[in-house]
Amino acid sequence: MKEEKIRQLTVISGKGGTGKSSIIAALASNLQDKIILADADVDAADLYLIFEPVKTVSFDFEGLKKAKIDLNLCTECGICLETCRFDSISDDFIVNPTKCEGCAACYHMCPVSAIEMLDNISGQYYISDTRIGKMIHARLYPGEESSGLLVAEVRKVAKQTAEEQGRKLVLIDGSPGIGCPVVSSLVGADLALVVTEPTLSGYHDLDRILQLLKIFKIPGYIIINQFDINEDISQKIEKEFQETFPIIEKIPYNPIFVEAMIEKKSVLEIDSEDKEVQKVKNLLIKLSNFVLEKTELDN
Amino acid sequence: MQITIVSGKGGTGKTSLAVSLAMTLENVQLLDADVDEPNCSLFLDLNTKLVAEAKIPIPEINYDLCTLCGACSSNCEYNALMKVPDQILVFEKMCHGCGLCSKICPENAITEVPRTIGHLYEGKNEDFLFNFGALIVGEELSTPVISQLKQLISKDKPIIVIDSPPGSSCPMVETVIDSDYVILVSEPTPFGLSDMKMVVKTLRILEKKFGVVINKDGVGNKELELYCQKEEIPVLLKIPFNLEIARNYSEGIPFLNVLPGMDSELKQMIVDIREALQ
Repeated sequence: MKEEKIRQLTVISGKGGTGKSSIIAALASNLQDKIILADADVDAADLYLIFEPVKTVSFDFEGLKKAKIDLNLCTECGICLETCRFDSISDDFIVNPTKCEGCAACYHMCPVSAIEMLDNISGQYYISDTRIGKMIHARLYPGEESSGLLVAEVRKVAKQTAEEQGRKLVLIDGSPGIGCPVVSSLVGADLALVVTEPTLSGYHDLDRILQLLKIFKIPGYIIINQFDINEDISQKIEKEFQETFPIIEKIPYNPIFVEAMIEKKSVLEIDSEDKEVQKVKNLLIKLSNFVLEKTELDN
Repeated sequence: MQITIVSGKGGTGKTSLAVSLAMTLENVQLLDADVDEPNCSLFLDLNTKLVAEAKIPIPEINYDLCTLCGACSSNCEYNALMKVPDQILVFEKMCHGCGLCSKICPENAITEVPRTIGHLYEGKNEDFLFNFGALIVGEELSTPVISQLKQLISKDKPIIVIDSPPGSSCPMVETVIDSDYVILVSEPTPFGLSDMKMVVKTLRILEKKFGVVINKDGVGNKELELYCQKEEIPVLLKIPFNLEIARNYSEGIPFLNVLPGMDSELKQMIVDIREALQ
C-alpha cells in the first residue's frame, strides 16, 4: 500500500470576525469522516461551542517558567531589577508573573541564588470526542503567553490522532493577526484558506496575511465572506490578489451564520427551506469539495 | 487617563469604537496597539509618518573570543542559540532580547545588536495626536512593538485612548497593563460571549476596572447581557446592528458618523467612566 502523507490545511483570516470559525465548522461537519479538527485559535477558541466536545484526554501545557524571589535570601542588591528587560520585578522585589517572560536572566545573575524558576502550567489541551469525530482543542489560561508553543502542541497531537484514526486531513482553525500563534499555525501547512471580508480593514489585513503566506511559500486560497456588504471592495480584492491567491468563493451576507452558532450547529447542519440559506449551504458544500480536491483526498 | 479598548473576539468593533471615542474627545491621543493588524488609520483622515523603529537586541558572536563553550546556547530559554561543531547559530526570530547570553558568556564574546521588528508612526491634527505600531510581516513578537509604542504616550494629553489587539494573551496584557480603565467590546453571539469571558478573567487577574460595550446589538441573543448582569459588569453603551453601519464601516466610516446622537452618548460614557474611577 502506498504510504499517504497527512495533509494539513489552516484556515486564517488576518482580521478577526470575518467568519473563519463558522466556515471551518461547516467544512468539518461536511468532511467529518475524512478529517481531524484542530482548534488552534487558542486565545479565542470557539469551535467547542459548535461541536460540544467531550474530553477524553487532557494534557497540561507547560509554558515558559516564571521567576520567584525568595525574600528571605534576597539582599535587595538590585541586580535582578537592572537585569530584567521585561519590567517584571517591582522595587520591593516581587515578580509580576504576567510580565515575566521566563528568560531566567535574573536567576543566573542573582549573586545570592535567591531566585528560582518555577514550572508554569499556562494552559491545557485536549483530545475530545464530538459528533464529527475527534477534535483537538486547547485553553490558554487568561493573560498567559507562548500561545505559539501551545498551537504547536495542538497541531502535533492532531496529526498523531489523524494517524491513529486513519484520517488524511487535519483542519486547523488559526488565530487572527500575523504574530507568533499565526506563524505557528502555518509552519508546515500544505495549504491555507484565507477568509476575508470586503471592508477597508479586511483588505488591509488580507494584504498582510498574504505576505506572510508568501514568506512561508504556502499556497493560499481566498474566500470573501459577506461579499455583498461592499461589492466594490470585493472586486478590488479579486483584482489585486486573484493572480497569486485565487478567490475560490464569495459568500453573501446571511444571518444564518449567527443563528447556527446559537443552535450549536454548523451552517451545513441547519435544515432550512429558505432559498438564500440554501444558496449559502451550496457554496459551503462546493468549498468542501474544493478542499478535498486540493488535498487530493478521495471524494 | 488611559482608556484601553479590548475585545476577546476579533471583528467586534474595537477599532470603530476606539476611533469614534477619540474623535468625540478634545486634546486626545489615540494609540493603535493592534500591531499585527493596525487599522485605525483607515478611519482617520490623517497623514502619518514614520517616527521610530521597534527593535529588540539580539546577540552577535565575536569568534575571536568565543571558545564554543556553549554557555549561551544551553541557557537560552527560547532556543534562539544552537551550538554546532564550528559555530553558534543564532535564530534571530526566536530571540526575545532578554540579554542573558551576553551577560553569562565567560569570554565576553557576545555583544547585542538591535534588530528591527516593527515600525512606529505618528499623525497630528490640531489637538488630536495619533500613533500606531506595525509589526513587520514575518516577525512574531508583537509584544515588544506594543511596549515601544507605549513609550510614545504623551504626558501632555489628558486622555489617551488605546486600541488593543484582540484576545487575552500577552499582547493584550501588555497593552492594558498601565490603563486606568478598560472598555470591553463584544457582540451578543455565543462566540462573542465565550471570548469575552476569557478577557473578563484576565482583567480581573490584572485588577483592572472595566465595563462592556455591546456592539451589533440585536444580532444573536440576550446571553451576553444576562452574563453582564450576573457578573455585575456595567454595560456602558449598546450600538445597534444594521447593514447601513456595516456598509459605512466597510468604507472606513465609523458608526459615530452614521448613528445620530452617538457623539453625546460617547461623551456621556466618558463621564460615567470618570465617575467609576472616582
